[in-house]
Amino acid sequence: MIEIDDLTVRFGGVTSLDGVTVRLERPLCGLIGPNGAGKTTFFNVLSGFVTPAAGSIRAFGTDLLALPHFRRARWGLRRTFQTEQAIESLSIFDNVAMVWEHTTSGRAGRDEDVLRAIAFVGIRRDPHAKVGALDAHERRLVELARAVVGKPRVVLLDEPAAGLPDEETEQMGQVIRAIPTDIGAMVILADHDMNLVSGVCEETMVLDFGQVITSGPTADVLRDERVVSAYLGGEAVTS
Amino acid sequence: MASNASPPAFRPPAFPPSGAAPSADGALVRALRRVGLEPSDRGHLVGVAVVLVVGLGIFPDALSLFWVDTFIQVAIYAVVALGLGLLVGQVGMFSLGQIAILAVGSWTAARLDYATHLPFVVVLLAAGVVAGVFGVIVGLPALRLSGLDLALITLMFAGAVTVVLNTTNFPNGGHGFLGYTSSPFGNPPIRRPSFAGTDPAYLRYSIVVGLVLFLLVIWHVRTKPGRAWATIRQSESAAYAAGINVTFYKLWAFALAAFVTGVAGAVLAASAPELYNTQFATQNSIELLAVVLMGGAYNLWGAVAAAFFLDFIPSLLNTWNLSSFLLIILFGVGVIWVLVTSPTGFAGQFPKDMARLGRALRRLATKGRGAPPMAPAVPAGPTMPSAMPAGPTMPSPADRPEPAGGAR
Ligand SMILES: Nc1ncnc2c1ncn2[C@@H]1O[C@H](COP(=O)(O)OP(=O)(O)OP(=O)(O)O)[C@@H](O)[C@H]1O
Ligand SMILES: [Mg+2]
Repeated sequence: MIEIDDLTVRFGGVTSLDGVTVRLERPLCGLIGPNGAGKTTFFNVLSGFVTPAAGSIRAFGTDLLALPHFRRARWGLRRTFQTEQAIESLSIFDNVAMVWEHTTSGRAGRDEDVLRAIAFVGIRRDPHAKVGALDAHERRLVELARAVVGKPRVVLLDEPAAGLPDEETEQMGQVIRAIPTDIGAMVILADHDMNLVSGVCEETMVLDFGQVITSGPTADVLRDERVVSAYLGGEAVTS
Repeated sequence: MASNASPPAFRPPAFPPSGAAPSADGALVRALRRVGLEPSDRGHLVGVAVVLVVGLGIFPDALSLFWVDTFIQVAIYAVVALGLGLLVGQVGMFSLGQIAILAVGSWTAARLDYATHLPFVVVLLAAGVVAGVFGVIVGLPALRLSGLDLALITLMFAGAVTVVLNTTNFPNGGHGFLGYTSSPFGNPPIRRPSFAGTDPAYLRYSIVVGLVLFLLVIWHVRTKPGRAWATIRQSESAAYAAGINVTFYKLWAFALAAFVTGVAGAVLAASAPELYNTQFATQNSIELLAVVLMGGAYNLWGAVAAAFFLDFIPSLLNTWNLSSFLLIILFGVGVIWVLVTSPTGFAGQFPKDMARLGRALRRLATKGRGAPPMAPAVPAGPTMPSAMPAGPTMPSPADRPEPAGGAR
């Protein structure tokens, strides 16, 4: 369970998150909103890339804001990036092992964990292949494998399937849906693909102009007229 | 994907996944991987064997003293280039302070030598450690700066060291730590290990020390720090998200680069009867960067190539009675050529060129061997040798530095 209270982020004159207060309780949460709504900023605050002007974040009882960003990974926070960031000069294995060895103490069980994560996301390739030689889909899967290795507690996925064809998006959706049960982590999925979000997420929060306009069961949220008009109108909806 | 219907349970494939490689690997591959090597490293192993046989075998005795001294310098500067290549190629940090670090190593070794009776190996290690401390100091700005700013700051450090060396009469060495001799016969020579007193023996010694330092760096690059560096180089955001302590690993890179450079400095100190201030001029760091880029910063063999550019070619020009100004022109043209045509440098390009040459030769050979002369468009059949993939024997670095992606 993640409890967020009054979270506010400003960049100069722009208020990217405006008093966000929300409780995320289900293991598969969606995060939607039009372009510039603040989804990536929300992830950046959670993972420590952006320091909020105000507010608090408690994740499973831990005050996340008190941890420096690289410690949050050790705590169990993982994320992917909107612009894919698989490390080209490393192999698939090394990409995933790199996360494992900076988030896990000791050395035992590394290879098994890494290979299991690679298999979990469905990469069928020599794990020693260089990432630079992979296609877009596989590179996205490498990022996902990095996000599920080393006993994560919360996995933030920022448009993990952006630019992928439907079939591959669906496959990725199946992998994401298996994360809570098979990996034991909570997922927050930010995406513009409503099929993906509704197929994966039990609960969804909607941001618009940095504010939460609604949150709740995904099916209800997607029918909410404020959500529809936020996507269509682009005007801030005051509730 | 349909709406909220209860999702089909997703089962990850059984472990180990069918089709994934580990089970299919041979014992040799597994053995190689256990010591951190890849199957494609066979080319490297051959290269190392050649260096050992040629460098340690009869070669040093067969050369004139002039060339022995040249190759001692090549061995030393290969390590210096290795240090800079580590910073540039692995972590993406540009330092123009490496020659100053080399000077610190040489200075430490010279003074320890005059002041103590420590064994030579201890002097080497001490020089490396002192240089490593300086490396961390030079690296501190790297935590905030990058690219040109960092290069300029490190260049200023190099300038400062040069000033200090000049004002302290380096490398003049009287007895004790700060002794000074005004003897017209120059400084007492710096001790060498007893078994490496002659120049050919010292060449062998330099090669062995260089090899050990290369192994030290390769070991780092292939293990946890190397993975962290590769991540930092491509994307600091990804590094933070992966839990990498970016500050620590950047400083570690500077410390390691400076350590090997400092040890090289100690080897340098005892290589010649006399050290000269001019060996550590500030602009030499720029020259070093040029040859490292030419040699190939993303490939550790590039450091060897760089050292040949830096020390072997000048000697060659020298024996041909050509002006050393030619060298400056050569380096200038070389750097531009490399940056424009092949950012992986000589060491990255050479295997590709060789592979291309090999393919061309094989094509010639198969054509000559009774293929119908009028059918050139038919691709060689699968039984022909030319159908074998003739990839580069060394892992061709696909790792050009990408602009570090932001968190968005
Ligand atoms: N580092 C930054 N500096 C200045 N403004 C920023 C920064 N990061 C985000 N913003 C601004 O904050 C607002 C929210 O951006 P954010 O990237 O979080 O939106 P988003 O919901 O992820 O959009 P998209 O769907 O396009 O990815 C935007 O107006 C953006 O311009
Ligand atoms: Mg975004």
